[in-house]
Order: sequence, then C-alpha cells, then structure tokens
Amino acid sequence: MTEYLILLYERESGYAEGGQEAWQAAGEAHARFQGQVAEKGGKILGGNALQPTATATSIRDDVVTDGPFTETKEALGGYYLIEARDLDHALDIARLCPAPYGGVEVRPIMDTSVSVG
Amino acid sequence: MGTAVTGDPGPDPDVGAAVANAHRREWAFVLAATARVARDIDVAEECVQDAYLAALEAWSRQGLPRNPGAWLTTAARRRALDRLRRDRTLRAKLPLLIEPDGQAGPAGLPPAGPDAGGDVIADDRLRLVFTCCHPALAREAQVALTLRLLCGLTTAEIAQAFLVSEPTMAARVTRAKKKISAARIPYRVPGAAELPDRLDAVLTVVHLLYTTGHTAPGGADLVRPDLVDRALGLARLLRDLMPDEREVGGLLALLLLTDARRAARTAADGRLLLLEEQDRSQWDRAAISEGAGLVAEMMRSSERPGRFALQAAIAAVHAQAPSYGGTDWPQLLRLYDGLLRAWPTPVVALNRAVVLAMVDGAEAALAEIEAVERDGRLAGYRYLPAAKADLLRRIGRMDDAARAYRSALDLTDNNAEKAFLARRITEVSARAPAGPDGPSA
Repeated sequence: MTEYLILLYERESGYAEGGQEAWQAAGEAHARFQGQVAEKGGKILGGNALQPTATATSIRDDVVTDGPFTETKEALGGYYLIEARDLDHALDIARLCPAPYGGVEVRPIMDTSVSVG
Repeated sequence: MGTAVTGDPGPDPDVGAAVANAHRREWAFVLAATARVARDIDVAEECVQDAYLAALEAWSRQGLPRNPGAWLTTAARRRALDRLRRDRTLRAKLPLLIEPDGQAGPAGLPPAGPDAGGDVIADDRLRLVFTCCHPALAREAQVALTLRLLCGLTTAEIAQAFLVSEPTMAARVTRAKKKISAARIPYRVPGAAELPDRLDAVLTVVHLLYTTGHTAPGGADLVRPDLVDRALGLARLLRDLMPDEREVGGLLALLLLTDARRAARTAADGRLLLLEEQDRSQWDRAAISEGAGLVAEMMRSSERPGRFALQAAIAAVHAQAPSYGGTDWPQLLRLYDGLLRAWPTPVVALNRAVVLAMVDGAEAALAEIEAVERDGRLAGYRYLPAAKADLLRRIGRMDDAARAYRSALDLTDNNAEKAFLARRITEVSARAPAGPDGPSA
C-alpha cells in the first residue's frame, strides 16, 4: 500500500456565497465520501478542512506577511491522507472526493526512509 | 573478450542481423516480461540491454537459438533476479512496480473486483502499453515512453523523431519513469469499466506516432518512414493482443488504408499531391485490401462504431473509389455525420465540410467552415485556411482564396506543404479577375 495526499482546491467564494446550506451539503458529502473510501478498499489515515485563506499567514525569507503563500483563484481548502494500492486505486477514490467549487490533486507521499544513491 | 588469442574473426554478420532482428521484433516482449520480475522499469531496461549484448557473443559461440525471444527473456530475467538478490535490503523498502504474482492485489486483499477478470489472460506487453499510455502521464511523455519501452528506440532516436534536443527528451523520459515509480502507476490492463477510455488513450498515442511520421512536422521530407513503420507495428501488435476490440481493428485499418497512398502522395520532385491529383495505380493494393477487410469486419457489429473504426471506414471509401470524381460522396457524408456524433471535434467538422462541398456545393461547405473558424479552437491549424482557400478558389473568389492560402502558408513548416501552398497562391493570383467580384471559370 502507498500513501497519497488528496488536496482539495476550491473557490472559497463558492462556500461564502452558498452560505449555511453549502456548508451543510459539503458536510454530508464528505461524510458519505469517508464511507465510500472503505467500500473501495482504501483507508483514510487523516484529513482536515482548513480555515479560509483570509486567515493564512506566510513567512518567506523570515518576513511575515498576511495571506496565503501564493494567491490563486482556487485555494487549498482541505486534505485527506489515504492509503491505496496504486495510483489507479487512489484516483478511483479521489474521483469520489467532493469538491463542488473546484477539484482535487493527488500526490504520492515520499517514503523518506529509503535513501537511494 | 580475448579476440586476439582465439583468433575470433569478430561477431558473425548473420548473428548481428539476428540480434538486430530480435531487437526489432522481440524488444517489447522481452522488456515486458522482465519488468515483471525487475519491478522497476529502469532496471528492466538495463537488464534487457545487457541480454541483447550477451546474445551477440553467445549466439556467435553456440549458434542461433530456436526461439530468440525466449532466450533473451530468460537471460534478461536472470540478470534482473541477480540484481534483486544483490539489492535485497533496498528492495524491501522500494515500492514495487508490480505485485509478485502480477495479477491479484497484494496478499491479504481481494482481487480488484469482477472487472479484474480480463487481466488474467493479459500479455505482459499489454500491461506495458497501458502503463506507458496512462492518463496520469502527459501525452508527449506517453509517446516517448511507448517508443522507448515498446519499440526499443534510444532517447536520441526519439528526440530526432520529434525534433527536440536529446537532453530535453532524456529529461522527459526520466521524469515520466520517476512518476511511474513514485506515484505507483500500476503495471496492469484496466478493467472492463475503464477500458474504453484507457484504450482510447493508447490508440491516440499510436495514431499520433503515425501522423507525426506521415506528415513530418518540419524538415525536408513529407514522410518519415521509420515512425510510420513503428506505428504500424504497434497497431498490429495491439490487434494481435486485443482481437475483440473493434477500435483496435479500426486503428490498424485506418493506418493501413492511409499508408497505402504513401508512394502516391508526393511527385518525383517531392511536391505534395492532393488526393484528386494522385496516381491511384501507385496505391498499395495489398494494404487496401487488408484494411478494407478489417473495416468490413468492424462495421458488421450492431454496436455503434467508434471514432477509429469510422475514420477507417472513411479511408476505405476513398481507397476503393475508382477516381476522385467517382468517389461515393453521399456515403462519405453519412460516415462523417456518424464520426461527428462519436467524436465532436472541430477537425472532424472541418473535414465533414470538405465532403459536404462535394455533395451540396462549395457555398454550403464554406458556411460550415466559417462556423468552425468562429468556434476559434482551430486557430493556428494550417488545414483550416487551406480548406477554406480551396473552396473560395472553386467559387471564383480568387483574392480571398489567395489571402487564405497565405494564412495557411504562414502556419506550416513542412517544405513539401509550403511548396504546394506557394504554387496555389501563384495560380489563384494569376486567375484573379481584374474587377472586384467578377465571376471566374
């Protein structure tokens, strides 16, 4: 099994404009997704939703600034750490991950215990 | 090697030819079988290369083996196993390219569901094809890996084929291989549910190889026969491995029928000849009959044909027409209608418009082409202004035609096509009427 991070990139305005209903729908969708991962034979090792980028603080060259590291229309808003057999299995799972105002990115976790060369 | 001591006359030329032949015919088979034990594509490639080198020496000494592919596979797999034994500690930590049994999921997990059924009989070469053309890899990486791993081309040869520098191509290949290993792109034939999409990617790569060879993107020659032959070889391999997939038969038929015209596409001086100008007696009848036979087989099914089968059917109509004028245009238009449904792209709409001109006249077709132009997705596509120019020429709007030919000329780097367009500009300019809109024969 390999670990993958599913990063959720979405337009924050989507949730801001959708209000309470959007939040509730998202909550239900994510609860459903978590059940589906097990059905697919994968495993969720962790995951969280993040506060909006308005709350982000960045540090570059020891300079502290208000805001996210890079300003993008679709911002990182949450993640899941999953375990899957291979990339096809991980994509199969990630395809089910709710991200109504954007999409997701799948990244394999580096195994830092292996030192090659 | 002790050549001087034994008085060995050097490698036997027959052996050299046998090894070269085995390289061309067996590379994919040997590599695919070795990848399964090596569990890493780089290691597998090195072991296979070593096996071919060893063959040169061993076959000179012992004579040619009865089955060169099996000999090479055994030699390459033995090397891979030795490597694994030596690197045992490293192996324990490295992600595997494939599971040890290569078929079911890892121990303790059920096989990947009912869809995994087709995998049991899969040839290793098929796994390799689907790994090379995995949608998680960029198209250009898919093409490079396919040439490298399935055709055994060197990075230098691939770089030359696509007119990029060798370091650029090497970086592209290395990056793709790293992704296969780090992201664990599986070495597996996709299940039935995914197969149509995944197969389409594979066929697209082979078709892209063909078209790159068929009309080289730049340089002096119109056709690059090496790439064309590689693409045909891959299409034949896929057809052997997946005889029941209609789109695979469709692709092979399409390539055969298009390639049948190869000898007739350029004049003796290298000038590009249009379909209507070609000497049909130069067309390869054997290729046409094989392609048309495949088309008949593909179109027999009750299911709706896919885009490759339909394109092949279109090519078959052209290939079997006695002359350009004697082409069955209404039949072509029906096939294009089907193709536009199966594959709604502006390129198909453009080609359909060209056929429409033969059925309903140039004016009707011009309206369709202008719609494609407004769509904007084909901006920069040289065949759009070229097709438009041709229609304008036919209805006598010579000034507009010259302008459109010039736009097409600005968009091509192929010398044979440039010469053709320049010739057209001269023709329409000479025939341009003095008045602004005067009719012309």
